[in-house]
Amino acid sequence: MVEAPIKHCSALNSWCDMLLDRLEPPSGPMAALQSISRNQLEALPAPDRSQEDWRFCDLAPVAEIEPQQICSLSKPTAPVIANQVTRVVIGTDQDPLAGVALPDGLTLLNEAELQQALGPNSNLAIAKGQWPLELNQAIAPRVIGLRVSGSVEKTLELVCDASTNRGVIAARLLLILEEQAKLELLQVQLSAGANLTSVVVGVHLHKKAQLRHGLLALGHPEAALLTHLAIAQEPTSEVSHISVCQGWGVMRHEPQLNQLDGGAHTELRALQLVHSNQLADTHSRVRFNGPEGALDQLHKAVAAGNGRSVFNGVVQVPREAQRTNAAQLSRSLLLSDRARIDTKPELEIVADDVKCAHGATVSQLQQDALFYLQSRGIAPPQAAQLLLRAFCDEVICMLPSAAQAWQPLARFLDGA
Amino acid sequence: MTCPDAPVLIEICDLHARVDDQPILNGVNLSIRAGEIHALMGRNGSGKSTLSKVLAGHPAYTVTKGSVSYCGQDLLTLQPDQRSRLGVFLGFQYPVEIPGVSNLEFLRVSTNARRIEQGKEELDTFAFEDFVRARLNLVQMDPVFLDRSVNEGFSGGEKKRNEILQMALLEPLVAILDETDSGLDIDALRIVSAGVNQLTNAENAILLITHYQRLLDLIKPDYVHVMAAGRIVRSGDKALALELERNGYEWVDRELDTLEMT
Repeated sequence: MVEAPIKHCSALNSWCDMLLDRLEPPSGPMAALQSISRNQLEALPAPDRSQEDWRFCDLAPVAEIEPQQICSLSKPTAPVIANQVTRVVIGTDQDPLAGVALPDGLTLLNEAELQQALGPNSNLAIAKGQWPLELNQAIAPRVIGLRVSGSVEKTLELVCDASTNRGVIAARLLLILEEQAKLELLQVQLSAGANLTSVVVGVHLHKKAQLRHGLLALGHPEAALLTHLAIAQEPTSEVSHISVCQGWGVMRHEPQLNQLDGGAHTELRALQLVHSNQLADTHSRVRFNGPEGALDQLHKAVAAGNGRSVFNGVVQVPREAQRTNAAQLSRSLLLSDRARIDTKPELEIVADDVKCAHGATVSQLQQDALFYLQSRGIAPPQAAQLLLRAFCDEVICMLPSAAQAWQPLARFLDGA
Repeated sequence: MTCPDAPVLIEICDLHARVDDQPILNGVNLSIRAGEIHALMGRNGSGKSTLSKVLAGHPAYTVTKGSVSYCGQDLLTLQPDQRSRLGVFLGFQYPVEIPGVSNLEFLRVSTNARRIEQGKEELDTFAFEDFVRARLNLVQMDPVFLDRSVNEGFSGGEKKRNEILQMALLEPLVAILDETDSGLDIDALRIVSAGVNQLTNAENAILLITHYQRLLDLIKPDYVHVMAAGRIVRSGDKALALELERNGYEWVDRELDTLEMT
């Protein structure tokens, strides 16, 4: 018998208890799941650094945030909506899809489909016992559930701006991409104050479905962000996930991809920047449950000031995943002697006929490149900025083109 | 084109420099006036490239003795970017590849840095495109290279053309060209040399570092210097380069032995 984890007294556990006490009783379509997760959280210890998965990720600053739910966000300041974009604003007191004309190919999941998708036997149900997920499900007032059929011409843009509100906001999205469906999704997470944003995105891709998912997360030194992405891929499906995160006091991003029977293609691109006392942690996990799956992963990090960047990239290749072709590369820039980078490729390979490459580099800006630029009259700070911009743009330029309206490169480097 | 009354642009006196603990330059003396073309030759490891990098301000080299005066200013107290903005240009032997930095943007930022120093108007993106395209012809460079990252994926010849393009944009007073001929095929050598010749005038000067006479057939030097063991051991006119081509550097060893004995 496995013993239940013991919930010790800690600031974060007390914070969580206070939050649970202050929540309105469960209500709406999520009431049953809210109750389950709230009960779970009563007993579940919050992450602390004694847990292997949280060894380098200290969520203590979350305990400084007001332990209350933010019930309604005001409308964010956002760029004009381009023709090829359908914007959905999350977190206001309105139904986020009210008044939104969904583009051809996108339909809402009905109540029965949603309940089935969230049910215990579904790929899209949250993994039990994971604190960030239980926290999200305990709070999230609704789930946006969408079915994607055929090729959706417009980019779906989800915007959640916690702004200067104090407290916790949670959002959850479910996507089911039918066979040969194609969707471009841009998720914009913003904050400008002492708040915690929790986002869980669950996606199931049927055969030959394609998803390009960009996450642009620009935060605030007092803000925290917990994002979890659970993607189930059937063979011949393709996923490209690009995350660009900067400015959060604490940020934990957990992209978890499961190639259900192998044979799918997964591309992961990530960029995170920390300075001051910020912490950014990406814990990715890609599992191949069948043969001939492919992964192409690049994780980039920039750490300045007293910032700390963490990357843990698990790639699981069990016996049945023969002829898997996986490549993982972590490239980090350390811009200060007080900054810290922890990067850990974690390849679990049992199959014997596979190609699994991994590499990790941590370096400063290239001195020969800096000198070259200087020798052309460019002052050292501007030369460093040019090199930093080049380092970052390799990932930023891969965001869905709709991201350009948010000026991601300029805003990202503003925090550098 | 030499003129004894032309102003001295750069005056190197007894220059000593080392990298880590290794002395490389051991007392270089060289004076270059406006309008002059100097060729610097010598065996591998004689200190030619080190001299060029010291003049450009490479941080890996430490000057231990001597001075360099540039247009009356102490060059050695200036940062590499200040030197460039004031008109010192180093054409790299191995131009650095900088992935992700657009060549066009790099050239624009660099050109504007120099223009501001010269009291000229900064060029915006559009004005600069016109400016750079006019100069591309000088080295017969395909405009497609402007849209690429700095030197990334360029062939050896394309990199050298890009260096001379930068020289054309920055309009330096003293250009030090470190083995600009290496990696160039015969046609490219001709084109690049023609570009350099077009950029020379009575106001500026060139220090050409090369191993081969073939470059000096195309860019005619007023003076030829031979470097060995970190100093200039002989200076002459273009006949000296021809002599080197015929006889090699064995005489240098004898000359060095004599110097050591004295």
